[in-house]
Amino acid sequence: MANKSILGIRRRTLLQAGATVGGLQLASPFILSARGETPVKIGMVDPLTGVLSALAASEVEGAKYAVADLNKKGGILGRQVELLVEDSANDVGTGVQKTRKLIDRDKVDVIFGDVNSGIAYAMSQVTSEKKVFHIVPGGHTDPITGTDCKWNVFRICNTTSMDAAAITKQLVQQFGKRWFFITPDYAYGHTLQDAFVKNLKAAGGEFEGDMLPINTSEFSATLIKAKAYKPNVLLNNMGGLAQVNCMKQFVQFGMNKDMALGGALFELEGVEALPAVAQSGWWCYEWWWNQDLPEVKAFVADFRKATGKTPTARHWFGVVAVHSVRLAAAKAKSLDGLKLAKALEDLELPPDVALQPGKIRYRAGDHQLMSNIFVGEVHPAVGNKDNIFTPKVVVPGEEAAGTVANTGCVMKYPA
Amino acid sequence: MLQVIFFNVTNGLIIGAFYVLLALGLALILNLSNVINFAHGNFLALGGYFAFAITPVLGYWGALIVAPLLTAALGFVVERLLISRVYSRDPVYSLLLTFGLAFVIQDVCRYTWGPNGLPLGIPDALSQPLSPELFFITWYRIFMVAIVIVAVAGLFLFLRYSRVGVRIRAGTLDLDTVSVLGVNVRLLRTFNFSIGCLMAGLAGVLAAGQIGLNPNMGDDLLMPSFIAIIVGGVGSLTGTLFGGLLIGLAGAITTVFYPSASEAVIYIIMAVVLLLRPRGLMGEEGMLT
Amino acid sequence: MSGHATEAPPVAAAAAGGLPRRLAGLAVLWLVLATAPLWMPLIGGYDALATRVLVLGLVAMSFNIVLGFTGQMSFGHAAYFGLGAYGAGLTLKFIAASTPLALLFGTLLGGVLGTLFGLLIVRRRGVYFAMVTIAFGQVCFYVAYKWNDLTGGYDGLRGFQRAPLHLGLATIDIAASSRVFYYFVLVIFALAVGAMALVLRSPFGRTLLAIRENERRARFLGIPVERHIWLAFSVSCFFAALAGSLYALLNNFADPLALHYTLSGEIVIMTVMGGMRAFWGPLLGAAVFVVLQDYVSSMTENWMSIIGIIFMLVVLFFPRGLLGFMQRRDAR
Repeated sequence: MANKSILGIRRRTLLQAGATVGGLQLASPFILSARGETPVKIGMVDPLTGVLSALAASEVEGAKYAVADLNKKGGILGRQVELLVEDSANDVGTGVQKTRKLIDRDKVDVIFGDVNSGIAYAMSQVTSEKKVFHIVPGGHTDPITGTDCKWNVFRICNTTSMDAAAITKQLVQQFGKRWFFITPDYAYGHTLQDAFVKNLKAAGGEFEGDMLPINTSEFSATLIKAKAYKPNVLLNNMGGLAQVNCMKQFVQFGMNKDMALGGALFELEGVEALPAVAQSGWWCYEWWWNQDLPEVKAFVADFRKATGKTPTARHWFGVVAVHSVRLAAAKAKSLDGLKLAKALEDLELPPDVALQPGKIRYRAGDHQLMSNIFVGEVHPAVGNKDNIFTPKVVVPGEEAAGTVANTGCVMKYPA
Repeated sequence: MLQVIFFNVTNGLIIGAFYVLLALGLALILNLSNVINFAHGNFLALGGYFAFAITPVLGYWGALIVAPLLTAALGFVVERLLISRVYSRDPVYSLLLTFGLAFVIQDVCRYTWGPNGLPLGIPDALSQPLSPELFFITWYRIFMVAIVIVAVAGLFLFLRYSRVGVRIRAGTLDLDTVSVLGVNVRLLRTFNFSIGCLMAGLAGVLAAGQIGLNPNMGDDLLMPSFIAIIVGGVGSLTGTLFGGLLIGLAGAITTVFYPSASEAVIYIIMAVVLLLRPRGLMGEEGMLT
Repeated sequence: MSGHATEAPPVAAAAAGGLPRRLAGLAVLWLVLATAPLWMPLIGGYDALATRVLVLGLVAMSFNIVLGFTGQMSFGHAAYFGLGAYGAGLTLKFIAASTPLALLFGTLLGGVLGTLFGLLIVRRRGVYFAMVTIAFGQVCFYVAYKWNDLTGGYDGLRGFQRAPLHLGLATIDIAASSRVFYYFVLVIFALAVGAMALVLRSPFGRTLLAIRENERRARFLGIPVERHIWLAFSVSCFFAALAGSLYALLNNFADPLALHYTLSGEIVIMTVMGGMRAFWGPLLGAAVFVVLQDYVSSMTENWMSIIGIIFMLVVLFFPRGLLGFMQRRDAR
């Protein structure tokens, strides 16, 4: 940095080099050249590769659908919207890096992500430091809107505790109070099982269970134990493929004749990886496409037309995330992080975004979306290949969530 | 309790048999060509996906035979085009080559068949348990073990009695001498690699029926196979066989007492073996250096 | 490893370029590094990316002490890198909010454990050395992954932040500004590679080259080969752990994937891509790898294929690495 003239020359040659690389960037699908007005930029970080990629792909697809739809209808604050998608590769270091890239280099106005709660949390450290508005569409562990809550972070999917609370009642009433847990051995699994145990004990139940490595594919040893315990319900808290394999073996061993099967989440993306005989059990759906509401029917039809797919809960998370930015920006008349955050607090989603009965809002105290939880039974497809779930009860989010004080969230705004 | 342990011992042996199948293929390639095939788990995944693609046409039984052969054919091509080029160089290059190959195969699987898991349908008769008492042993598991026994016995007989097999064994001990004796070492290695891939492909079809298909399915199975080789002793296929059974067993028994350590236990076994008997249970002394 | 006997040792090869040329090269290198935050944005980079290049460059260079300078194939170096990250993170979280202390403890954790592991693996060679290092790396991965209470398990170690530096009179705020942090990392990097160069130019370093070139001859000359390999491995682990500590400070986070063999493989590829026979090769390799991955993964979901193909092309066509390739062309 000593000699100015030398630096000047260097800089010019580098500028040319920069122009070439810039040209290369234009070839990428995510970056549009800005003409006239600058677009509103949304950066989305999700694990497009790795074990969560199926869920991430749906969230991104939902967000892309909503952005395309929004741009036809005038965008956000009259500006076009641009979605920049980055792969976190299910790795915290990469996720944090990509978040910094989106904020520092691409100057995004808003950040979405990640499906992996660990990455979502690490990202929230960056976004709150940089004062960027951040929506977590689908990372479930409690602390994100609980003990680790931040003023700039909002979450769309439920907390693990909400899901557990919603289904416990149903399972106890219908099947009984003696449970066996199969739970993945990491923070998500622990919080989920704790939430179930709390609710089960309140109902006077008893339990036993195994904590297994997260990627377990072989469950016979644990299932042998489970069978010996003779529970009323087997709680399968595993995620992704581990969950699928556990269910498959459960059915192969004929244990579905001895006990009921249930758990918090069993997403549409996973159900389709199972042979029909193993598509069973009692589960929570955080959104369900087959509802008898005109706006839901319209949405599903339009989504199918645009993408050729039936929307899943993950698609819906992506859609809601984009519209939440629109709604907050319209209310705040700004894209400033602080103003967006204030605007979204207690904001109620309109019916064509909420796409479910009741009043759905982001709770001001913990920034958690209070959406309904659809509790029901998974079964082999009836008619339509995606019709594999029938909701029996719809539990309002607030009932499942408990009070803000219970979540442990203390919302602190920057001075 | 005794009954639970008995159940798990049986079960551990079944899982171990599966590790054996994968580890033997890996060990064959390692012993003859000095290549750690990082893409071995991905060849496994390919075998499974091939079966998935073939089943609608040839049915399950046809896929069981054709998919491993396709995997072997692909292995043949890969060895010829890529891996054979770096034999003369430091082992780091072959390791990196297969590492890069693993990335590509995984990505191709995801791109072609999607990131979601897919089920591979197995014949109904196989998905039933043996009896209400032995509910945890499905016919499919018995079938898996039978296939593994046939494949492993076939491999050992082949290595023992066929001309090519004898040459592979001799090459493992001293490749230069074998070469001087007029054997086409280049072809021998290609053939050997493709047998390794055949075993991986077969393992893939069997695994797909049990745990389903996904682009990452080989990743978790690769490390136990590694350990099976180290524990059994590098250079000894019999050692690999016992190593695979041992770690399968250890994992299952640990699940009874301390389930969350069921994955870690194989590493502990490896560390203990390396401390007490550095060459592995059945490794040759000469293989150390 | 006999194929390398004909190659000139790197120090000698570099000297062949002449002293003035070497100094000019070094001056350009440091100028490029010192001005990185200024020109990075022009090519689509950002401060954190430049910092990542330095951190991964440092771990690749330390790894190269074992691969390039001693001729041993470790495939588990991510373990010592990751241990460094956890060491630094745990220090900041549980002991004291002090960045220097975090660096110290992180380096010690990875370095000491690496030294102990080294005792077990030092008698193995070639692919067997590689296999055992992979397996030990995975042991560390599993410990970090399992020990929920201490390490945060699968979710990673969170809840710590790098602390500003207090230097008597002045306070340097490396916590808030990513640019200041880049320069902080650059200073540490400079000190570390300086120390590394000293080690490699010492008689000890020359002995390592002798072992690499012909182990049997070195043994006949009475060199305690095992002890030297062990020491080289140990030194390498200390530097790798230092890089890992910096990585934890960069992310304010440590997670088990920093210990995983995938990262080990990436470290090897950076080294080979840049040129394992050249002191600076791994840094160049890390820069290319990190920037490339950053670009490609933004452009397409199929970045794994592209990166994988690049790996294979490098192995097949640039076995001497980019720097080796460039030096060779220069020499013509």
